[in-house]
Amino acid sequence: MNAPILTYVTFLPLLGVLAILFIPQRSESGKKAIRWVSMVISTLVFFVSLRLYFDFDPDVAGFQFIEKYIWIPSYGITYFMGLDGLAFWLVLLTTFLTPLTILSTWSAITKKVKEFQIMMLVLETAMLGTFVSLDLFLFYVFWEIMLIPMWLIIGVWGGERRIYAAIKFFLFTAVGSFLMLVCIIGLVYFHHQETGDLTFNLLSLYNTNLARTYEILFFAAFALAFAIKVPMFPLHTWLPDAHVEAPTAGSVILAGILLKMGTYGFFRFAMPLFPDGSAFFTPLIVVLSIIGIIYGAMVAMVQPDIKKLVAYSSVSHLGYCMIGLFVLNRHGVEGSILQMINHGISTGALFLLVGVVYERRHTRMIAEYGGICRPMPIYASIFFLITLSSVGFPTTNGFIGEFLILLGVFEVNKAAAVLAATGVVLGAIYMFWMFQRVFYGRVSNPKNEKLKDLNRRELAYLLPLVALVFWIGLYPNFFLSKMHSSVDHFISQVKISAEPASPGAVVEHHASVDKAPLSVSAAKE
Amino acid sequence: MEGYLFLIPLIPFIGFLINGLLGQKIGRSGVYCIGCSSIGLAFLFSILAVYQLACSPAEDRLLVQTLWSWITVGNLNIDMALMIDPLSAVMILVVTGVSFVIHIYSIGYMAHDESYWRFFSYLNMFVFFMIMLVLGSNYIVMFVGWEGVGLASYLLIGFWYKENVNADAGKKAFIVNRIGDFGFLLGMFLMFITFGSLSYLDVFPKAVHMYEHGMLAMNSPVMIAICLLLFLGATGKSAQIPLFVWLPDAMAGPTPVSALIHAATMVTAGVYMVARTNVLYTLAPTALLVLVLMSAATAFIAATIGILQNDIKRVLAYSTVSQLGYMFIGVSVAAYGAGIFHLMTHAFFKACLFLCAGSVIHAMGGDQDMRSMGGLWKKIPITYITMLFATIAISGIPPFAGFFSKDEILWKAFTFPYYPVVGKIVWFIGVLAAGITAFYMFRLIFMTFHGKFRGTEEQAHHLHESPLNMTGPLMILAFGSVFGGWLGIPHLIGSLFGHVPNVLENFFEPVFANSHEIIAAYAGVHHHSTVVEWVLMAGSVAVAIGGIFLAYHIYIRRVDVLPEKLAETYSIYHKLVYNKYFVDEIYYYVVVLPFYYLSMFFWKVVDAFCIDGVGVNGQAWLVQRGSGALRLVQNGYVQTYGAFMLLGLVVMLWFFIV
Repeated sequence: MNAPILTYVTFLPLLGVLAILFIPQRSESGKKAIRWVSMVISTLVFFVSLRLYFDFDPDVAGFQFIEKYIWIPSYGITYFMGLDGLAFWLVLLTTFLTPLTILSTWSAITKKVKEFQIMMLVLETAMLGTFVSLDLFLFYVFWEIMLIPMWLIIGVWGGERRIYAAIKFFLFTAVGSFLMLVCIIGLVYFHHQETGDLTFNLLSLYNTNLARTYEILFFAAFALAFAIKVPMFPLHTWLPDAHVEAPTAGSVILAGILLKMGTYGFFRFAMPLFPDGSAFFTPLIVVLSIIGIIYGAMVAMVQPDIKKLVAYSSVSHLGYCMIGLFVLNRHGVEGSILQMINHGISTGALFLLVGVVYERRHTRMIAEYGGICRPMPIYASIFFLITLSSVGFPTTNGFIGEFLILLGVFEVNKAAAVLAATGVVLGAIYMFWMFQRVFYGRVSNPKNEKLKDLNRRELAYLLPLVALVFWIGLYPNFFLSKMHSSVDHFISQVKISAEPASPGAVVEHHASVDKAPLSVSAAKE
Repeated sequence: MEGYLFLIPLIPFIGFLINGLLGQKIGRSGVYCIGCSSIGLAFLFSILAVYQLACSPAEDRLLVQTLWSWITVGNLNIDMALMIDPLSAVMILVVTGVSFVIHIYSIGYMAHDESYWRFFSYLNMFVFFMIMLVLGSNYIVMFVGWEGVGLASYLLIGFWYKENVNADAGKKAFIVNRIGDFGFLLGMFLMFITFGSLSYLDVFPKAVHMYEHGMLAMNSPVMIAICLLLFLGATGKSAQIPLFVWLPDAMAGPTPVSALIHAATMVTAGVYMVARTNVLYTLAPTALLVLVLMSAATAFIAATIGILQNDIKRVLAYSTVSQLGYMFIGVSVAAYGAGIFHLMTHAFFKACLFLCAGSVIHAMGGDQDMRSMGGLWKKIPITYITMLFATIAISGIPPFAGFFSKDEILWKAFTFPYYPVVGKIVWFIGVLAAGITAFYMFRLIFMTFHGKFRGTEEQAHHLHESPLNMTGPLMILAFGSVFGGWLGIPHLIGSLFGHVPNVLENFFEPVFANSHEIIAAYAGVHHHSTVVEWVLMAGSVAVAIGGIFLAYHIYIRRVDVLPEKLAETYSIYHKLVYNKYFVDEIYYYVVVLPFYYLSMFFWKVVDAFCIDGVGVNGQAWLVQRGSGALRLVQNGYVQTYGAFMLLGLVVMLWFFIV
């Protein structure tokens, strides 16, 4: 590697922070300047990250763009970064979504603009850092840093119950993280015991031979941290509160990228580090995912608040991502990764869209709207296209993801696939019902008669998302082709390293990997 | 020819984009021009393609055009590809042809609507998706069209979205269809893990090969499951029991939409799908048995509901459900060609009926209730004549189109090779349904066009024949209703006129050859006497004429007394049938409401109270209270600390001594 491009991408936003620090925000023009700097920097980050696309080699199974420097040698801690087919797309998703989100705050965030834009840029660095870290210590640092700006974004710029929501968000995520930290140290300790090598290097730690009990224990702790982030049923109740109280930009980043930290964590850490633990917990996770898909959709259906509806729909969608990962076949895993990107795009867009009417009417209650197709036809059209993506209509991105995941699940366990596929029907119910109540009918509320349709700035941050919806829907191979090698590698890692250490365990082991994780009886527990 | 196949769907799509994005700018004539000419062009290209196909030798009648590689993951390889063979050739002609005629009609019908541009762009979008459905070369491309036409249907049913009823009907259609699509999806998955592909050209030969080499038994559970799951999709799209409930409500859309989408094309997609999948269905006789029973029930029950509807469009809607049941009887007695034949003739006469109904509604100033019509034939003669032709056609009177296709289905049902007894029962139900059809269709004619006018003064004044751009399409479709059946003249009648060939059956032969061979090898070839066939034919015609006569007796001759008297005498049946057997109500109370309350329960009790209340905030409360209690210990009084020290000392002493 010639240039340390991952470092550039990750830390470039901080350059923007530095610039913004010197701009006073007393005057309107100062605020404007701050917004523009933030926007320009994050766009720049996106273009720099596009460079990754051209240099990314889809045939490499392992990591690319590797950067490794000694950081704290006495503990074997390194500054170690790299990308594979999953992290690659999540990095691009982050750099793509951030400028669009920043553009959406022009008129939404008018107080403490400087602080807000700084938080957004710090958050971007932290998220990117989390995705590219290959050293557990470095990863943990970014993982925790990420919490703080998000916590502040909810707590300072949020709605009425922002303090409650922010604290809830913080406590939930922190509890999982601390357990994970303990287990990271435990893992490093055992690795040191076994090989005499004290290191936080993920690639070395992949090869640690842990006792089965410890694998299960450690997996449980990692899984808890990630499952809260996903969020999986029944650890999801922080999400609706956080979304409802967060400002639009916060919701977009939270749903679009932060939730992916959970699924990413399973993919990168929990599953390949502890294959036995993963096999042990697969039935539980599959069952919880299915519950999440159905339960999330049903609860979404009866929400009177659009934002809460979208929040619960995330629980349902992320259920797909989780179950796709755990079936451990190409269709499921690639579908799951694609669905992570899809969810970032479609749910991100939905939150942006809700933000648009919220700015105009200062309410998110479905009952306050009705018939706004008429005053806002362009808005309605774009909302409808995103709705289609969310319900997985063919030719949109959602279809490809759901189809691959359900196919993958079906190949392993038909009963689970049948249950998960009900989400296809349920998704249509809650989205179309909401759409009807908001857009169709007569304009019942006089306040809605004079609503202004989308302006150019709003179109500028929505249209790229719409384009991407159909791009992925019509030509998914562009995206999938970059994943194949990494996904194969991941599957072999989790499946093969789960092979038993002693011949005596063969029988029990095969039962646990090939059949038990998804057998009908297990799934019904 | 491979070169331009993609133009057939592409041109309507471009029309959709232009009208959708620029419709308000290019004005009325611009929108009409784009909308109609794009479909007209698609129709021309279809004719060209089918002509070239028909010119090539029978065994070469298959062309595939791969546009791009769509989804490639592991062993899943889905191409965005189009395919034309005799089956899709007939379908594509019906679809683009009828669409074109209805587009022309819409110019007149929507002339006073302010959202005409939205209407034409949706209609073009529909045609695009319908063409994808028909021309797709694998199940996923078919599924794109399948869901796409559902989307277009949703948008067009709720076209006048200001009325919540219309929006409700659209939503209902989409969701009910989604339930069907759930089955379709699972069917595709099962097909994929069984055959390792979803492309027609891989799946069907492989199924035949596996069957011939003993790797796949006749009636294997997998095949039954695949066929029934796909059929669940078809019951949604084609409004069969148990998912037919959306179609009558779908009449909320503009009448051209009812004619095109909810009569001639989209709702027949399920029939096309089964015919397309004929090899698999042939290998699953049990699935066919289920199909034939369900579709016979649908054909019969829907026909009975049609008897008592007073809304002119609702009569036609139930008639459509019933006729779709007929088509399904055709394909499910393994007479795939007969099913498609009826699909084609039905497209002519039902589209004609709907457009005539539209013309009537137009004349009545928007009123759809037949009780306020009557004696209209003098005022709108062209509408009357064309509608009468179409009605005779649907009643199955020779030599009109419906007779040939209906008769072929009935005959094939009578000789159902897999289940001869069931076949004869189904034949009987079919004949009965045909009689009822003739009855309610002529009831419609008599109530609408004959007798005295029962509407308001204002309406009587307003009555007028529709303009030529509306009556023209009526005449074209009426022509099809009269002569369309001659494409499939049965051998029995054809032999009377010096061996007139059954054009359609010969054309279809390459598509269904495999199925025919499998059936012949499995169930044997039976020869039936021509006398029986003549007798049955005469019987069904007699029943139809009986139905017409009964309608004439009740609604013309004794119209002052009989309808009311009958309603009183059989009031319970009347109520039951009039309310469509309360199916909507049953679904509402058994499915919709419990589902809604369960969701509320999940939200309020499970989520808010149990998980978040007790589980999350409960913990927080415990910590707060616990710390609050512990705080009291640290109160700053030396006496208290002294007392605790003493207590501690005692405990320690006790511990060490004892």
